[in-house]
Amino acid sequence: MEIFKRTNFDFLGRKWPFILLSLLLTVAGLISLWMKGGPKYGIDFTGGALMDVNFIKRPPAESIRAALRHKITGEIEVQEIGNTQEVLISTGARDDNALQVVRGDMISTLNTAFNPGQAGQAAGKFDINLTSQSALADRLREPLTRGGVMLSDDQLQAITKAITNFRDTPPRSGLISSLDDLAGVPGVTAPFLKVLKDECFAGNFAIRSVETVGPRIGADLRQQAINVVLIALGAMLVYIAFRFEWKYGVAAVIAVFHDTIITIGLFSLLNKQIDLTVIAALLTLVGYSMNDTIVTFDRIRENLRLHVRGTFPSIVNLSINQTLSRTVLTSGLTFLTALSLFLFGGQVLNGFSLALVIGIIIGTYSSIFIASPILVFWHNVAAGKAGQTKATAVEVRPAGTGKGAKTAKTVK
Amino acid sequence: MNKSLRIKFFLILGVVLVCLYGVIGLPRNKAELIANWQNNIHLGLDLRGGTYLVIQVQQQDAFNAEAGAVADRLKDAARKAQVQFADVDVEEAKTLESANNVAVVAKGVPAAQAGTFRGIVSEQFSQWLLKPVNQTDYRLTMKPTEALTLWQQTLAQTKNTIDKKINALGLTEATVQQRREDKDSELLVQMPGVDDPARVKQIIQTAAVLELYDVKGGPFASRDEALSQNGGVLPLGTKLIGAPTAGADQNSRGGGVYLVTRTPVVRGPDIRDAKPQNGDLPNTWDTGFVLSQDASRRFGAYTGSHVGQRLAIVLDGKVLSAPTIQNQINDQGRITGAPSQQDAMDLALNLKAGSLPASVRYEQENTVGPSLGADSIRQGFVAGIAGVLAVIVAMLIYYKRSGINATLALVLNALILIACLSYFGAVLTLPGIAGIILTIGMAVDSNVLIFERIREELHAGKAVIPAVDAGFSKALLTIIDTHVTTVVSCAILFLFGSGPVKGFAVTLVIGLVANVFTAVFVSRFIFDWELSRPKPVTALSI
Repeated sequence: MEIFKRTNFDFLGRKWPFILLSLLLTVAGLISLWMKGGPKYGIDFTGGALMDVNFIKRPPAESIRAALRHKITGEIEVQEIGNTQEVLISTGARDDNALQVVRGDMISTLNTAFNPGQAGQAAGKFDINLTSQSALADRLREPLTRGGVMLSDDQLQAITKAITNFRDTPPRSGLISSLDDLAGVPGVTAPFLKVLKDECFAGNFAIRSVETVGPRIGADLRQQAINVVLIALGAMLVYIAFRFEWKYGVAAVIAVFHDTIITIGLFSLLNKQIDLTVIAALLTLVGYSMNDTIVTFDRIRENLRLHVRGTFPSIVNLSINQTLSRTVLTSGLTFLTALSLFLFGGQVLNGFSLALVIGIIIGTYSSIFIASPILVFWHNVAAGKAGQTKATAVEVRPAGTGKGAKTAKTVK
Repeated sequence: MNKSLRIKFFLILGVVLVCLYGVIGLPRNKAELIANWQNNIHLGLDLRGGTYLVIQVQQQDAFNAEAGAVADRLKDAARKAQVQFADVDVEEAKTLESANNVAVVAKGVPAAQAGTFRGIVSEQFSQWLLKPVNQTDYRLTMKPTEALTLWQQTLAQTKNTIDKKINALGLTEATVQQRREDKDSELLVQMPGVDDPARVKQIIQTAAVLELYDVKGGPFASRDEALSQNGGVLPLGTKLIGAPTAGADQNSRGGGVYLVTRTPVVRGPDIRDAKPQNGDLPNTWDTGFVLSQDASRRFGAYTGSHVGQRLAIVLDGKVLSAPTIQNQINDQGRITGAPSQQDAMDLALNLKAGSLPASVRYEQENTVGPSLGADSIRQGFVAGIAGVLAVIVAMLIYYKRSGINATLALVLNALILIACLSYFGAVLTLPGIAGIILTIGMAVDSNVLIFERIREELHAGKAVIPAVDAGFSKALLTIIDTHVTTVVSCAILFLFGSGPVKGFAVTLVIGLVANVFTAVFVSRFIFDWELSRPKPVTALSI
């Protein structure tokens, strides 16, 4: 199967609509960034707390926020995660001391608000959805002996381990809706279950992850992320300048910079957070988009060495056409893998895979419509300076001479 | 198969076997296979569940303490040499950054005694630089080399103490390390399997410095009363220590202030062992401790000669009790009245581990519960299967038989990548899984570049074998160029990135390096093998 059979699209001739589109996207992104006062950073960059809570039946975001507002000062954001019962609760930057207690405060507030009327809670029972294995074992040890269930400590540890494992494996995702569900767990006998029911209850939510970041380390990580992206771009520029010529390097780096800006802009438009994993995705995109541009540039260089007939712009256009099939296929396949990450990779990787999905499209398009026109533009300016007209570019030479064939051999 | 092809075949077979061994070992049954897999592939905290803490060591505490001790010694030395002075004070460092600037200030040294004073400093306090402020006042600052030593010592000691504490909690897999080379006051504590770090944090922060003092007077109702009863000045070589009023019980723990000797008879590091034990009353808990050999000799001599006098048991600067010494005690003692068994246990643990030389601040705390980790593994797995299947199907449709070639190369690529993770002992994180999946997508690029080139050569009218030849050789340069750029960006990510992001960079780099081998060498071998059959090949399914 072949999608593109020896195409001859005039990419450079139709560059303006695409350049305008790029400008439009860039400006829209920049305006959004400006209106929102910069990118929306994740808590690893701003400092703050982030808690992932899984409910048996998720209450409305507004009621969660209202419940938390009593106890926790400052901005509270509650974000529902797709087609799950999970929410992400985040609070803004706060000082170190406040961060130490925010976790406990959040859990106790959620407990009062969303475990109401739980017979167990008032009676001082233990929430099985909020406990660790060792705490559960400690809690049950004495009541079990009283209840006549004789177990060695190893047995007790094994059974509680089996219970927490049961709770934590998909599809339960950390939540047991009723203690009766535990009847099937190995080691849980009827008398054991009775003691368990006397001592524990199944609360309405579980804490899946908690992250707190102090403001100082947040600022530190942010600075580091910016440095990393800039160093990466610089290193690329140097490498391409070394392998090709400066004009290629500059064109490629401008294109990659364009991708990064547009991706960050789109994140701002979509109101998505930029965290460490998104930065990792951006860097991958830097490498990827550069990779895409290099394939085209390699072909341009090869065609120039082979003394293909035509002006510089027409050679560039020819090279884009020659590599088009590869560009589309590779991007398409990489896009498919990024898309599968976005669709199935879960909440933790959501921002990361979204950045990849957006970036791969932008990166592919920029190698054709941004990097190549810049290269041609630069070339024309240089040629103009050298006192030559655009029509007779330096590379126009008769093709197929013996000398040319020889050079071609040394190239590979 | 000709000779060179046979050599290549065995080389590839060898690589496959080595990789398989690295990933699953030599299993005899399914259970062993799974066990070997779990042993070889180390999961990161985000996949197995656990907590990591970033701790900032407040170095200024150690510097202030050192300066405080120097100020005390300087006073004593000056008194001994009969040098007069108005006051010796510490200019404390308030922040971590200014820790080095801590200074001891001596005021009101008469000009006539300046020489003697300078002599004392240069003889006994050679780690400090003396600078006159004016005729009678002096400032001592720490020499830079000494400051550096103290800085490093504080970090190392904090690291060791935290390590001891978390190990004593039974967290055997936990690790403490410096967070980054250039961050010389930050520690990273990783604790797999811990889903509520509250107790760990509490234990790390608790100083638990136990000191035993000779009681010279008290208890007094307040500091003022203690002073007025002693004529307004504390006797030489003594100090006042308060007792908490809350939780008061027998043994005069009823609050108040005690007058004790300046230096303790026994202090924290002199403790050899500590453990919780049952108290005298039912359902009460004590923490028993045993002194080190050296300390028990001192303590034995002291208690032997001070029978009938009182001894203050001081924990973290507060008098817990001041019992009367009944008879000579050599090496054992206990602290009574722990609210619960766990409290007694934690106190014992802290007594044994000793105290941190400086306080700590929790900069970052990240806890992933086991259920999220399990879900992440499953989601990563599903996304991986979906992504790989999509790529394979597309390759088979687009390149027909040659798609099989690319698929084999891809599978081998993934195998080498996972084997490398196992051999290098690298940690697989969720971003790492994403890296593997993305590698599959990117790795196929090399095959696409080569196949497109072969097609072009075939279109140009070349025969099959020369077309394959030309396709590979022409695409090689491009493949190397494209790989270098991605490897460069990942290397930077690895060098400057942190945490799970590093895992992503590692997998992507390994994957791309392995890709050069699979796409160029293995894929070429498969073509050559196909074309080496006796029947001449006139058409290539590509």
